[in-house]
Amino acid sequence: MFLGTIVGVLPGLGPPATIALLLPLTFKMDPTTAMIMMAGIYYGAKYGGSTTSILLNVPGESSSVVTCLDGYQLARQGRAGAALGIAAIASFVAGTFGVLGLMFLAPPVAKFALRFGPPEYFGLMVLGLAMVAFLTGKSVVKGILTTLVGLWLAGVGTDVFTAQSRFTFGQMELLDGIDFIVVSIGLFAIGEVLVNLESKVGGEIFKVPKGLLNLLPSLQDLKDSRFAFVNGSVVGFFIGVLPGAGSTIASFLSYGLEKAVSRRADRFGTGVIEGVAAPEGANNSETGGSLVPLLTLGIPGSSTTAILLGALLLWGFRPGPLLIQENPNLFWGLVASMYVGNLMLLILNLPLVPLFAQILRVPYFVLYPIIFGISIVGVYSVSQSLFDVWMLVIFGLLGYAMRKLDFPAAPLVLGMVLGERLELALRQSLMMSQGELSILVASPLSAGMLLLAGILLLIPMLNRVRSWRVKAIEQEL
Amino acid sequence: MVSNSKGELLAAIILTSFGSLVIYEARGLPYHSEFGPGPGFFPLWIGIGIVVCSLFMLGAIFFRGGETFEISKVELVRALSAWLAFVLAIVLMRLIGFGLSFGLLTAFLVLVLDRRSPWLAIGVAMGLALGFHLVFAVALGVSLPAGPWGF
Repeated sequence: MFLGTIVGVLPGLGPPATIALLLPLTFKMDPTTAMIMMAGIYYGAKYGGSTTSILLNVPGESSSVVTCLDGYQLARQGRAGAALGIAAIASFVAGTFGVLGLMFLAPPVAKFALRFGPPEYFGLMVLGLAMVAFLTGKSVVKGILTTLVGLWLAGVGTDVFTAQSRFTFGQMELLDGIDFIVVSIGLFAIGEVLVNLESKVGGEIFKVPKGLLNLLPSLQDLKDSRFAFVNGSVVGFFIGVLPGAGSTIASFLSYGLEKAVSRRADRFGTGVIEGVAAPEGANNSETGGSLVPLLTLGIPGSSTTAILLGALLLWGFRPGPLLIQENPNLFWGLVASMYVGNLMLLILNLPLVPLFAQILRVPYFVLYPIIFGISIVGVYSVSQSLFDVWMLVIFGLLGYAMRKLDFPAAPLVLGMVLGERLELALRQSLMMSQGELSILVASPLSAGMLLLAGILLLIPMLNRVRSWRVKAIEQEL
Repeated sequence: MVSNSKGELLAAIILTSFGSLVIYEARGLPYHSEFGPGPGFFPLWIGIGIVVCSLFMLGAIFFRGGETFEISKVELVRALSAWLAFVLAIVLMRLIGFGLSFGLLTAFLVLVLDRRSPWLAIGVAMGLALGFHLVFAVALGVSLPAGPWGF
C-alpha cells in the first residue's frame, strides 16, 4: 500500500503503470498473497495520485484531474491538510462500499453490465459530457468550445477501425495519439506555475496552519462531505462495473452530480471540501466495481484490471463465472485484503497528511522549479520521449492563455477522456444499425441516459435565464 | 495594460481558423468506410461544432463586447520569460542532460525572476538537480535524458 502510494505520487505513473512495475515482485509469492499485494498497490497508487493534485495542481493520473479543481483551491486557502484528509477518508468509505458491492452484488450487477452495448455506452459518454455544464465558468460557449477541442485531441493518432492516421501532420510520434497526462499536466500544472510567476511574491505561497488538529478535516468538513461520500461510493461502484468506463468518468460524474444537487453549487471550483470528497470516493469505489466483471466474467474493465487478469492467468487461475466456486481462497482472500487495504490506507495516510501539507511551506522559488521538474520527469517517464516534453511545453502555454482568457481547462480534459470512447460507441452503433440514428434511443437505458444528459445541460441555462429575469425585474423596480 | 477583449477576439479568430483547419483535414479523410462511418466522420462534425461556437463567440464580442478586465504587460512578460526559459531548458536537455538543464532553469527562476542572490540561485539549482537525480534516477530507476557525462 505504502509502496503504491509513493510510486503513485509520481505524475504519469498511475495504477496500471505502478502495478506493472511492481508485478515482478510478486512472482515468487503465493498467488493469494500476491493478489492481496496487488490490491494494496492498486489502492495506494490511486490515493497517491490525489496528493500532487491537491498540493501542486499536478494531476498524478487522469482520475485525479477533477480533484485539482477544488483540492488545489483548498490548498491555496491553507486547507491542504483538510483536503488530503478528506481524500483519505472518502477513499476509505467509498472503497469499503466498493468491496461490499463486490461481495454481495457481483453476479447480478455483472449481468446488468452485459446489457450495455454500443448505444448504451454512447448514452453514458454523452451523460459524462453533459457534466461540462457544471465545469464551465461564466461562459457556456467557452466550455463547449474547449470540450470540442478535447474531443478533437482524443481523435489525433490512428483510427481504430481503419488504421488510417488522422491529424498527425507527418509526425510519427503522434500515431499513438496524444497522451492524456501530457495535456493535463501542461494545462493544470505548468499553466498554474506561469500564472503564479507573473508577480513576485515573498515567502511562502500558501499558508499552512500550525498544530496537528488544524491540519486535519474538521467535523464541519465531514458533515459537509456526508452526501459526497454516498454519491462517490455509488457512482464509483456502478461505473466501475461497466467495462471500459473507468475511474476518470466516475470521478467526473460524481463531481458533476455533487455540484448539481449542492446548495452551494456556485462555490464549486473555489475550494469546497465535498468537491474533493466526491471524486476521490468515486475513484476508490470504482476499484471494487472494476473487479466485478474481471472476477465474474473474466472481462477486464480497465487497463489496471487487464494487468491483473494477466497476473491471474500467470498464476494459473481462470477468471470467469466459476472462479468464486473453484477458487474461494483467492476470492475471499482478495475481499479480505481489500478491507484491510482500505483500513491501512486510512491508518497509513492520515498521519502522513500533516507531513505532506508541509510541502507547501517550501518557499515558492524552490517549489516552482520542483513543479517544472516533476512535470518533465512525469511526462518523460511515460514514453521516454522528448517529443512528449515538447507537447508539455505547448500545452503549458495553452493552459496559461486559457487561464488569462477565462477558458475552463477541465472540459477540455473531459472531452479528451471521453472522445475516443464516444466516437467508438457512436460508430459501432451506426454500424449495427447501418446508419440509422434511431438506434441511439432504441433501448430504454440509452434513451434514459440521453434524456438525463439533456436535462443536466438545461439546468445551468434555466438558471441563467432566471438570473437575467431577476436582474431585469430589479432594474425595473 | 492589454485589454482582455482583444485577447478574446484573437482567441475567437484562432479557434475559427482552427475549426476550419479541422474541417479541411477531416474532408481529406473518408467519411464512410466499408464498416460504416469512416475516420473523417467524427472529426468533421467536431470541426463544424468548433467553427459554429467560435463564430457565436465572435458575434457576442461584436454585439455585446468582450470581457473588460485588463492584463498587465509586466506580468505577461514575466510569465512568458519563464516559459521561454522552460523551452530553452528542453532544447538544452538533449545536449547537456536533464540534471544540468534543469539546474539552469532553476537558477534562472531564482536569480532573474525572483531577484535572489547568485549564491542562493546556485545552491538551489545544485540542490534540486542532485535531489531529482537521487530520487528519480537512482532510487526509482526512472530513465532521464542524459548528457555526455552520464546524467
